This record gives sequence, structure tokens and C-alpha cells, in this order.
Amino acid sequence: MNEFSERLLSDASRKDKARFRPLILIVVPLAAILFQVYVPRFLPFLSYLELPLLITLHFALSRREPISALLYGAAIGLVQDSLSNQKIGMYGIVKTLVGYFAASVGLRFDVENPFITFILGFFFYCFHQFFYWVLTRALLGQLVNFDLEQTLIFGLLNAAVAIPLFHILDKLRVTAQS
Amino acid sequence: MEFILNRYRNLTVLLIVVTAQLLLIAYQVRTAKDVPLVRVWAVTAVTPVERMLEWGRRNTWGFVEDYFFLLNTRQQNEQLQKELGRLKLENQYLKTELSTADRAKALGQFQAQSPSKMIAARIIGNGTGANSKAVFVDRGSGSGIENGMAVVTPDGIVGKVIAAYPTASLVLLITDANFAAGVISQKNRVHGTLKGQGHDGTVLVDYVQSEEKVDPGEWFYTSGDDRIFPKGFPVGQVTTIRNGHNFKEVYVTPSGFQNGLEEVLIVLEGVHQAIPEWEMASPGINLIPAPPTEGTDAASPQTPPVANTDADRLKEQYRQAGDAQHHTFGEGAPGSTPPDFTRLPGIRENGGVVAGAKPSPAGPGTPNNAQTPPASGQQASQPGAATAAAVPVKPKPKAPLLVTDPTDADPDEPAVAVAPPRRADADTGSKKKSTGDANTEILPPAPAPKPKPNVR
Repeated sequence: MNEFSERLLSDASRKDKARFRPLILIVVPLAAILFQVYVPRFLPFLSYLELPLLITLHFALSRREPISALLYGAAIGLVQDSLSNQKIGMYGIVKTLVGYFAASVGLRFDVENPFITFILGFFFYCFHQFFYWVLTRALLGQLVNFDLEQTLIFGLLNAAVAIPLFHILDKLRVTAQS
Repeated sequence: MEFILNRYRNLTVLLIVVTAQLLLIAYQVRTAKDVPLVRVWAVTAVTPVERMLEWGRRNTWGFVEDYFFLLNTRQQNEQLQKELGRLKLENQYLKTELSTADRAKALGQFQAQSPSKMIAARIIGNGTGANSKAVFVDRGSGSGIENGMAVVTPDGIVGKVIAAYPTASLVLLITDANFAAGVISQKNRVHGTLKGQGHDGTVLVDYVQSEEKVDPGEWFYTSGDDRIFPKGFPVGQVTTIRNGHNFKEVYVTPSGFQNGLEEVLIVLEGVHQAIPEWEMASPGINLIPAPPTEGTDAASPQTPPVANTDADRLKEQYRQAGDAQHHTFGEGAPGSTPPDFTRLPGIRENGGVVAGAKPSPAGPGTPNNAQTPPASGQQASQPGAATAAAVPVKPKPKAPLLVTDPTDADPDEPAVAVAPPRRADADTGSKKKSTGDANTEILPPAPAPKPKPNVR
């Protein structure tokens, strides 16, 4: 095991657990959802951005507590569902799983590394889209096509956006030694 | 058990949360009911912020654009550009206002002309579904909006309301994969079901039988079959047609999105309308008037049609007789006096005298000078020649045998029999009495006509 891999796989539990002010926890995802609802009307090319997912991912990776991460993801997903024309719970389930798995991953990896952030952003975007597609077909019986190529490209773009976004969000947290 | 829950606490919570949401979805799917409370909370929390953002954008977007424009040009001539920028800012503002006013005016005109009762709404945001095409409008149940109401623009249909909240409504666009509506083609009246494709651009008209005819460029209109869209709203124009296995795949470009989506109309009470004729649905194509029929003058549309058959000729003669006696066919009340068909032109008046002309005092024994060709044109133009031509001497009928007089008058009868109505009736009064015609008015004998000079 070289120095790089040691840094990546260092025991993250020894590191700080991020804490956020309650206002930040409410305002940031709300702003992300507003962005998703409002901005693509005028800048359609930004519709690929899944900011609520990136917010969930950042919180889970920073917080590294699976329960709070999955509850946070579920809450964001349910709000997203409420603003969509789908059944309530679709985004909720997917983001619950994203929050849980991201928090579990956060315990293992040094998530402050931009490379790890990029990889995780790409992976969880693809996971999010694929699982949403599975739920749409399995639970709702809708024959929606899964565009793999588009998902991969959008996954790369979201991962690229995740790096500066996580950097900004890191400024908002209040660190405390666990 | 407690050990297991403590050891697998994270997993247990995950399972509980996921199961709860699965049950929530199952409840919604099974009962086909929504969870309105959650949605109302979310929409009520989000839409006011959206309204504020939209208001801010409308009022500041032009200013921001012009500000950056000024930054780029200030180096050239700062003073001039400041002035130019101010004017541009004002111009931009006025253009925006004018554009808004134009759109509002167009919507208002359409709203006023359409028999359906509508309410205008502004789009304030998009839905969040991954593959869905839905938008929020700023009218909700407080404005009378209900689920299932049609959403249109003057250019065509846009979608339907799928959720009405107190302050906003969610509109499913026709491009959404879950959208469906009944449509009918304009030219060939082909019925189909409009389905969204999940992406912008085109929509599919499904369930069109392979043997049915649909032309590229043909317009589709709402058929009213779905009970959501009133009949007669434009949907779009056919761009592509493919022959499928059982049905044709007809792709239509929606016309409702042509000018962008900012303001829409929600149909509160729909009224079915007639689908316009095919020729009228060719905007931008100049159609000249139809060529005149051979033998008629295009400049005189009142010219009667050419009598091609005996029936046409007979009909024309009756019409002329009616016109001469100021009678309009089809308007006489029962028991009213019918026109005098004993004065049909072409039977007794082929000599050139119009019906109703006064008889010549020359009497029946006058020689028929009109049939004698004049020696010269000067002679023909003389008053005496004109007088002779006006003498209603009855010639032999030139009309076909089918052109007969219903009164079966003798064509050799002297022309004096053709007289003004009352006088003629007086002359033939005894004859009509003997026929016993119930429709003939019998008048007392009139005094003998005074001789009058023939004046043309």
C-alpha cells in the first residue's frame, strides 16, 4: 500500500465530523430545489444538474452518520417528489439509499480529496438515475427508456460540478472533534 | 432482539424508512389517490419564492443585460455610450413592456373570441421529475382551477392541470410521456391519440390505422373525445409519418410551444368548436380567387349561370318572369298572388320586348318591321325603326320544345295579349273565369287602353 492509497483509505472516523447550522441544513437544499425548478426554464442546458442529489451526497459524506444522512436524503427526496408529477416516495427512496450508502462510504474514504469527490459524484449520480428508473418501471409500471450514454455524460458533468460545490459547502460547516 | 437492533441500527432505520416510503407509494398506486397534504406544504413553501424570483427576473433582467453591454463598449466613447446605454436600457424596458403587452393582448383577444371560458396564467417554474415535462403556473384552486382542466395558448394546446394547489397548479405538458389526448386530423378527419415522447420537439399520434390517410403538413386538432380538451383547438402539424405494424406512427410538431411558454390560458369551461376547413389552414399561402366559369364575367358575380340544359333554360325563363314582376320565389305567403307565367320571356317576348313593357297601340295587325333588316345602319337608328323594333309582335318561338308555357298559350296569339298584369287580366278575364283557376284573381274589366307613343 503506497502513500496515496493510504491517504485515500485512511480511517476517516478519526477525522472531524462535520456539523452544520440548522438554518444551513434547511436553506441549502431548498435553494438547490429552487434552482432545479426555476433556472432550467431560462437556461435549459443546466437541467442536467441534480443539485439536490449533490447536497444529499455532501451532507452524507461530511456527516458520516448513516441514519441522519438517510433521513436527510429522504426529506429532500420527498420535497422533490412533492414538486413533481410522480408518486410521492420515488425520489425519497432513492435519496434515502444514496444518503445511507454515501455516509457508509464516508466512513472508509477521505472524501475531501477532489478525485474521490469526482468518483463518488459520478457513481452516485448513475446509481441515483438507474435506481429511479428501476423504481419507475417496477413500482409504477411506466415503460421509460434508460439512456445510458446520456446518464454517463450527465454523471461526469455533475461530478465536475460537485468538486467546487463541495468546496463551497465545506465553508459553511462548523467542524467539531468527534 | 435488542442486540440485533443495536448492532444493525443503521440498517434497521434504513429498512424502516424505505419500507414506509414503499408503502406510501403502494397506497397511492392502489387507491389512485395522492397525498395532498405533503404536496400542498411543499408547493406552498416553494411557489412564493418562485414568484419573487420571477418578479425580480422580469424587472432586472434587461437592466443586467444592458449593464454588461455597456461595460464592453465604454472604452470606445464613455460619454456617448452612457447616453446610448441609457437609451438602450429604456428601449429594452419598453420593448419588454411592449412584448408583454402584445402577448397579453393576443391572449386577451383569443380569450375574448373563444367561446370557452378561460383564465390567464403565468408559468413560474418547472416540475422536478427526471423524465417528466411539467410546469407550475401561478393560478391555483383559489382561482377556480381544478384537476383535469385544459391549458392552451392561442397557437395550440399546451397540457392539462394535474394538480391544483391553493396558490399554484402543476400542468402536465403534452410532451410528457404520460400525456394523452384525443385528436383528429383536419383534412382527412382521421382520429388518433396524442402521446408525448418525453422530450421536446415532437409528439406522437398513435392508433391511426395503417389504411387511413394522413398527409405531411396536415394539421391535427383536438377531437373532444377525451373530455378534457374542447374540440377544435389546434394541436400541431404533421412532420413525419411512418408505417408501423398495425398503426401508423404520425409525428406532430406541437404548435402551442411555437412562441415560447410564458403565459397560458386555462380553460375553465370548454366549448366545442368546429374544426376549420382545410383551405383555411394554410397560413402564409396566398390563394387567388377561383377562375370564372366559362362564358361568365368574373367581374360580375351576379351574372346568372349558363343555361346548359333545357331545365336550366326553363328555370332561367321563370326566374326572369319573376324578376320582371318583382316576385321573389319562395317568399310568397300561401294564398298570395303568383307571378303571371303567361308572360314568360322566350315564348311571347322573344321579339325583344322585356316583360312588363307596355303594348304598342299599333295592334296585332301591325307588320313586323323588326324582322325586316334595315337598309342601312342609319335607317336602323331612326326613331321610326326603333318604334318598329319595340312593337311586340310575337314571333315563332325559338326556344326548344321543352320550353313550354304552363298556361299552354298559343304562340300565334297576337302580341297584344302580353300586357301589364292588371290589363292583361282584364283582357283575358272572361277566359280565366271559364277556366275556373282558383289561383287567378278575377278583376272587373278595365277601360280600353289609350294609345301612347312608344318611347324607348
